Amino acid sequence: MSILNSKTPEGPLAQKWTNYKDHQKLVNPSNKRKLDVIIVGTGLAGASAAASLGEMGFNVKNFTIQDSPRRAHSIAAQGGINAAKNYPNDGDSVYRLFYDTIKGGDYRAREANVYRLAEVSNEIIDQCVAQGVPFAREYGGLLDNRSFGGAQVSRTFYARGQTGQQLLLGAYQALMRQVNKGTVQMYTRNELVEIVIVDGKARGIITRDLVTGKLERHFGHAVVLATGGYGNTFFLSTNAMGSNGSAALKAFHKGAIFANPCMAQIHPTCIPVHGEFQSKLTLMSESLRNDGRIWVPAKKEDAEAIRAGKLKPTEIAEEDRDYYLERRYPAFGNLVPRDVASRAAKERCDAGFGVGTGLAVYLDFKSAIDRLGKDVIEARYGNLFQMYEKIVDDNPYETPMMIYPAIHYTMGGIWVDYELQTNIPGLFAAGEANFSDHGANRLGASALMQGLADGYFVLPYTIQNYLADDIRTPRMTTEEKEFVEAEKAVKERFEKLLSIKGNRSVDSIHKELGLVMWDFVGMGRNAEGLKKAITRIAEIKKEFWTNVRIPGSKEGMNIELEKASRLADFIEIGALMARDALNREESCGGHFREEYQTPEGEALRQDDKFAYVSCWEYKGEDAEPIMHKEDLVYEFVEMLQRNYK
Amino acid sequence: MEKTINLTLKVWRQNGPKEKGRFETYQVSNISTDSSFLEMMDILNEQLVNENKEPIAFDHDCREGICGMCSLYINGRPHGPDQEITTCQLHMRKFKDGETITIEPWRAAAFPVIKDLIVDRTAFDKIISAGGYVSVNTGGVPDANAIPIARPAAEEAMDAAACIGCGACVAACKNSSAMLFVSAKVSQLALLPQGKIEAKRRAKAMISTMDELGFGGCTNTGACEVECPKSISISHISRLNREYLKARFSE
Repeated sequence: MSILNSKTPEGPLAQKWTNYKDHQKLVNPSNKRKLDVIIVGTGLAGASAAASLGEMGFNVKNFTIQDSPRRAHSIAAQGGINAAKNYPNDGDSVYRLFYDTIKGGDYRAREANVYRLAEVSNEIIDQCVAQGVPFAREYGGLLDNRSFGGAQVSRTFYARGQTGQQLLLGAYQALMRQVNKGTVQMYTRNELVEIVIVDGKARGIITRDLVTGKLERHFGHAVVLATGGYGNTFFLSTNAMGSNGSAALKAFHKGAIFANPCMAQIHPTCIPVHGEFQSKLTLMSESLRNDGRIWVPAKKEDAEAIRAGKLKPTEIAEEDRDYYLERRYPAFGNLVPRDVASRAAKERCDAGFGVGTGLAVYLDFKSAIDRLGKDVIEARYGNLFQMYEKIVDDNPYETPMMIYPAIHYTMGGIWVDYELQTNIPGLFAAGEANFSDHGANRLGASALMQGLADGYFVLPYTIQNYLADDIRTPRMTTEEKEFVEAEKAVKERFEKLLSIKGNRSVDSIHKELGLVMWDFVGMGRNAEGLKKAITRIAEIKKEFWTNVRIPGSKEGMNIELEKASRLADFIEIGALMARDALNREESCGGHFREEYQTPEGEALRQDDKFAYVSCWEYKGEDAEPIMHKEDLVYEFVEMLQRNYK
Repeated sequence: MEKTINLTLKVWRQNGPKEKGRFETYQVSNISTDSSFLEMMDILNEQLVNENKEPIAFDHDCREGICGMCSLYINGRPHGPDQEITTCQLHMRKFKDGETITIEPWRAAAFPVIKDLIVDRTAFDKIISAGGYVSVNTGGVPDANAIPIARPAAEEAMDAAACIGCGACVAACKNSSAMLFVSAKVSQLALLPQGKIEAKRRAKAMISTMDELGFGGCTNTGACEVECPKSISISHISRLNREYLKARFSE
């Protein structure tokens, strides 16, 4: 089908990106000034793209829902960023980073995209250092690396436990430099509420000013969505409270293909849920698995005693502990990929060996402290230990941490081709918002890499290739009928929301959705549960549209209205996730269908039937979406059963 | 151990920047001491919505102490009664049953109130945009290991770079000075060879923008350092002053 041309360049794997860059079309400097590019989002992908395109001379408009571009949720990434520098001389290479990422993604990503990602990874580190990002260093003054899940080399660069913060501030500063120069115009506390299509091309957006409530129309020759993932569909996740999937859903409703919606990552090391009032889940960086050992009691009676508060973890003898990751996966041990570690924790807890509320396992630093000393552990993870202690009121230097998996990242997203362009001409998607390069499971320290790769080193080339054909298109007035109609539709939607005047708060409905998602579209999925989820989500949708209560009006700041509008979109995304998960009758990466597993309980792919990207097309409010397939052709690597044993 | 407490909350409510604000009193009961301060605010807001009243507007996002969005002045202290944390990391175990808690927005001329507890901190972005960066474009930069950086310098730069731009330093200062915020960025970049080249220009540009935006001067009370959730040291202010003087002398 024509809409699904991935536009992968010809040639050998290692030459594709070079070939592309050699032959893409360029825009000369005087024409760049005449071209407007809208970028929605200021996380790693959005800020780096806005800064880079501004530097190149395009006229950039950059939007964020937060009060400042520096608040985007990329800031919360803790552990690090991968690159194939091979500084530690442990045998790393671009090919190995590519291979680990493809394999980690359980062979559900596009080869050419992933290779390009590995290829530009080194430039990212150079760029960040030049910007003054204070990466960790050795005493000799050179950059330090650490290891991360799913890899046998140390290729992760880091800035204490605040790598995302430092990389985002680097991009933010580059962006603010362009704001100062006037090449980028910044719109804060502004939310995309609709995408405007003119003659089949993306030509602008409608935004809502979150302070005044005013709707505004913005024209752009191209529109880039760098709006992050939709993990908050689950209500409880490691995402920020404001992170949402609305821009992706607007694109979907305008005809953009939504790819692999069911592929969500469940991160193994989060602080467990402790109460109904809980608003979010806090991640404990995967880097902790470098030195922490994960275990549960080997005897059920010990686990029961711990849950009853009659026994402390430190009282359990070494031989009565089950270091289940080391037992099951001797080659990778505690450093298996996230999906594998998460499922293994669920397996132990379901079998009755969980601690805390029963849905928790231990992450223990005792042997690392004995081996390296408390000072070393404090230097490596001090801020994470402090964070844990503030939340849980327990000292992880003395008692093991309690952790449990939580929704963290969505690999699925808006379908894009090799140029990061959606099937709607002029509409691009970058970072977590696109369905990206992580296949069915993202390896640790790869999200920062992808966000910055897309923004600094891919979009600045590929968007030019598109805009080169648009140099004769004058700026359009936003009085055109497409803009007027789009704004009218948005206005009606907000009025409809406010007119419901029901009895339930937005959050109470969101929590209900979250529980359905976690129970049936979470770590273990099966056909029966997914069908039930689809029915339940339809009921929740009806409940929302007839019984939500939103105080206040559409004028001025109205936080409940913002949340309601986003929840309406999460409900749609939840249904799409369940539908996609039901269709994918195999287990791969983060998508685990209980019907498809090996006798040892590992994910069992069905390559003969499902080696494709599920591409969903919206068919209207009352019709079911239809699925197209982009077949994944592996020319350079062989699809193998992942083995971390 | 988990227990529950009842509280009286005196919360600042203000409809808009030009409107007159006032304190309103609310009661919340059965609050788990394991919940966070903002979860307690969520519970209050849920209560208000159920009474068909407008919930209290407050800024928050990551809820793990890194985005810098949350910003409450609780019982007279930015980010409330605990050390080295943001409001979102404050937990109810720090409060006693029956206590009255006063919750206000940041108070500073340069941070006007938008609504209730939300203030406008765009001034910080303006200061960064005046010079808080290294002037490099994307691409064409040297290999990351081309310039070794002594570890102590890199570590000190990281200490300064930990600033989350929340504005607690300004809220804590009797002069509403932004010197700790400005000095953290100036210091981070001046300590690194990549940023040293334009250190003088940067210090001058950022300070003059800070002054224009209505922040007060620094009188070395050290209140900012005490309330900073990331423990940014006031020694960075000394480095900023040195960079600034160098810039003025070389004019």
